[in-house]
Amino acid sequence: MTENSVTDNSWGGPAGRVSPRLAKNALRNWRERLIEGLLFCMAAVSVLTTLGIVYVLVKESIIFFQHVRIVDFLTDTRWTPLFDDAHYGILVLISGTLVSSAVALAVAIPVGTIIAIYLSEFATARVREVAKPILEVLGGIPTIVFGYFALMVVTPLLQRVLPELPGFSLLSAGLVMGVMIVPYVSSLSEDAMRAVPMSLREGAYAMGSTRLQVALKVVVPAATSGLAASYILGISRAVGETMIVAVAAGMQPNLTFNPMEPAATITSFIVQVALGDLPHGSIGYLTIFAAGLTLLLITLTLNVIGLWMRKKYREHY
Amino acid sequence: MVQQDKTADIHAVIRRGKRWDYLFAAIGLICLAFGLLTVLVLVGKMGLEGLDRLSLDFFTSYPSRRAANAGILSAWVGSVLVMLVTAFAAVPLGVGAGVYLEEYAKKNWVTDIIEINITNLAAVPSIVYGLLALGIFVYQFGFGGSILSAGLTLALLILPIVIVATREAIRAIPGAMREGSMALGATKWQTVRYHILPYSMPGILTGIIIGLARAIGETAPIITIGALTFIAFLPPLPLVEGAGLFDWVMSPFTVMPIQMFNWTSRPEEAFQINAGAAGFVLVVMTLGMNALAIWLRYRLRKNIKW
Amino acid sequence: MNPNQHPYPVKAEARKLNFFYGLVQALKAIDMPLYERQVTALIGPSGCGKSTFLRCFNRMHDLYPGNRYEGEIVFHPDNTNLLSTEVDPIEVRMRIGMVFQKPNPFPKSIFENVAYGLRVRGERNRRVLDDKVEQSLKDAALWNEVKDRLKDMAFNLSGGQQQRLCIARALATDPELLLFDEPTSALDPIATASIEELMHDLKKRVTILIVTHNMQQAARISDHTAYMYLGDLIEFGKTDEIFIKPRDKRTEDYITGRLS
Repeated sequence: MTENSVTDNSWGGPAGRVSPRLAKNALRNWRERLIEGLLFCMAAVSVLTTLGIVYVLVKESIIFFQHVRIVDFLTDTRWTPLFDDAHYGILVLISGTLVSSAVALAVAIPVGTIIAIYLSEFATARVREVAKPILEVLGGIPTIVFGYFALMVVTPLLQRVLPELPGFSLLSAGLVMGVMIVPYVSSLSEDAMRAVPMSLREGAYAMGSTRLQVALKVVVPAATSGLAASYILGISRAVGETMIVAVAAGMQPNLTFNPMEPAATITSFIVQVALGDLPHGSIGYLTIFAAGLTLLLITLTLNVIGLWMRKKYREHY
Repeated sequence: MVQQDKTADIHAVIRRGKRWDYLFAAIGLICLAFGLLTVLVLVGKMGLEGLDRLSLDFFTSYPSRRAANAGILSAWVGSVLVMLVTAFAAVPLGVGAGVYLEEYAKKNWVTDIIEINITNLAAVPSIVYGLLALGIFVYQFGFGGSILSAGLTLALLILPIVIVATREAIRAIPGAMREGSMALGATKWQTVRYHILPYSMPGILTGIIIGLARAIGETAPIITIGALTFIAFLPPLPLVEGAGLFDWVMSPFTVMPIQMFNWTSRPEEAFQINAGAAGFVLVVMTLGMNALAIWLRYRLRKNIKW
Repeated sequence: MNPNQHPYPVKAEARKLNFFYGLVQALKAIDMPLYERQVTALIGPSGCGKSTFLRCFNRMHDLYPGNRYEGEIVFHPDNTNLLSTEVDPIEVRMRIGMVFQKPNPFPKSIFENVAYGLRVRGERNRRVLDDKVEQSLKDAALWNEVKDRLKDMAFNLSGGQQQRLCIARALATDPELLLFDEPTSALDPIATASIEELMHDLKKRVTILIVTHNMQQAARISDHTAYMYLGDLIEFGKTDEIFIKPRDKRTEDYITGRLS
């Protein structure tokens, strides 16, 4: 742009200095920036939390792994960190975690999915209005209460059918954990199915489909990645759940894949150690950080997969 | 004739399809009823079990070696105080972060990281927060197993819930509201302060209540920071007997779920009864808070029509 | 209107049809025949009730609570009121196909999309399915474009191809009546032309009812046209008569207002 074109401006040539009445107000500007900075710091606390978690777990784990070889940690089949003959085979805790989670998911995934399909495709608005708060309530019950329930109600009930079931078992802890996870699975799955556009359903109904056909042949396939995400987040809940297994599964480390036995999980081991009085910095104290790091890595992997899948179904529609 | 056969065939197919419809609807209802039944049995079992113990004494007594004399005084006071600290930390942080992300944040990688981080934190097991608190609050900062440590831990735990609720409430406000305010010469902060926050307050409040209901029932992270299970005293009252205004935050404590856990893990049946009673009180507290939140949200949906 | 006075047999006929969305009346006492193997177009300004009317024929309104029909749509040769509470909407939809405004292929392969209606009807014989899918895709003028990738996801097709796939899907079950709800409004002119051509061929074997707000389209493809306004059927007649010398002033205003 040349000088000429500016002076050609019919509004009377180039503007002079900014009139003081329109100039930037330094004080106001400064205050606004201060507030924005403050709010940013608040948002950054969540990042600090993550950094803090990683820092604490990694720092203590590094000291732990100076005492225990990683190979032993990953392959030893005994977990006796508090004994004189100490062994640190995390597999023992992982087996308990896997079995209780598997039992929980065997309940939560089918029941949660059925409820989600029912609420999204079958139920009338009124049923939905009643059912969803009930599920929310179920999801809001403290886990310690579920633990009590597993120990005092479910185990005695199961023992009538399975007389050889011990007082503490992965089975009853897992079953109750499954009930606890149902609302997570059902609400995320329902969200995924509701995101399926109505036009797809209308298309299927217009072909003469029944409700179940629409649900299973069109809506569920369209919502697959969302359903998968809900299952994965359900798994992550099960793996990280603490109090139910701490109360109802017994806390003895036990390398087993039999749900009828009592066993410790990663989480219940941490609780057990925390309940005792371990000196800060002792090897027993350090084990819980190594166990915690393992837990975090497992759940983090699951969450990343889950989030990625959720993003996938959002992109679709 | 062939046509006839075919229609008869289709009728049969439709009949079969409809039978499956009914069957599935029945299964769906059974699954829902199963959820409802669990809630009822759970609350009922604890209520019945603990009925004998649910008297005024139960609320005004300290825990005791003798089950019949034991109460939840230190536990419920502890829960209330921890919630106070939690709310005090989580509300400004959560709301501030939510406002920043919705109203201020530019679309860049820093914002992306914060957002991904929040969704991720929401799914970190609560016991991991306990380990964080053990390493940072208890030892690094030297807060010990105090009300302050517990409150801050739970605040971090519910931060994602408060942030997400804040963002959703703010997002529901139409852009025209902002433009209207800015067009009158308001600054961004004035717009937030006088329009965005007041309009989104009910939604934010709902999120805060749900977050606190979650926090009050949390057990694992508090066990990890070393809360004691047997506390026969209350934290010092502020400004009484030489105590400072904030001495109570550094006091050892116990909370409802820990008290319940402690009683549940005792072999004597008498303590199980106490556990039932404590559990009943705890469930009433959390369900009460959840019900309040659900009601608030319901009312909110009815009242505001943009 | 007496069907016997007309050279074509009647396939379906609305009689005193009222329709309500909750308390809002969307259709007011509509009387109108659909002639067999003819294309009937519904035109009118947005919100006039033309889509609502179309969706009465396959009882789509049953999917949402609070909707209510009054009056009759008599379907031939059964001579049955489709709106009767004793009629099963699924049976209705088995015989009356529909193509929607926006292409809505299912999240399945091209083959499975076309085979869907047959599977819903309990057809399991692979040979029958293969033949029928091929025939329907040919009828929908899509076969040559997709015959080598029947296993591909339907989403990968272009918009016009998706819409033809939806037509093939509807044709696979040999419907007696096909409902088109603004089938080309989401498509570009070339895809639109191919769909219009297709409809022209289809009327040899199926009765067609089409909603369109493109009057040239109605003029090009339909044999009969109905003009609707605010839930009323203002005028119904042969397309050339409606467009050349409408009897009702309102029809004329609409047609000339838009065409001039």
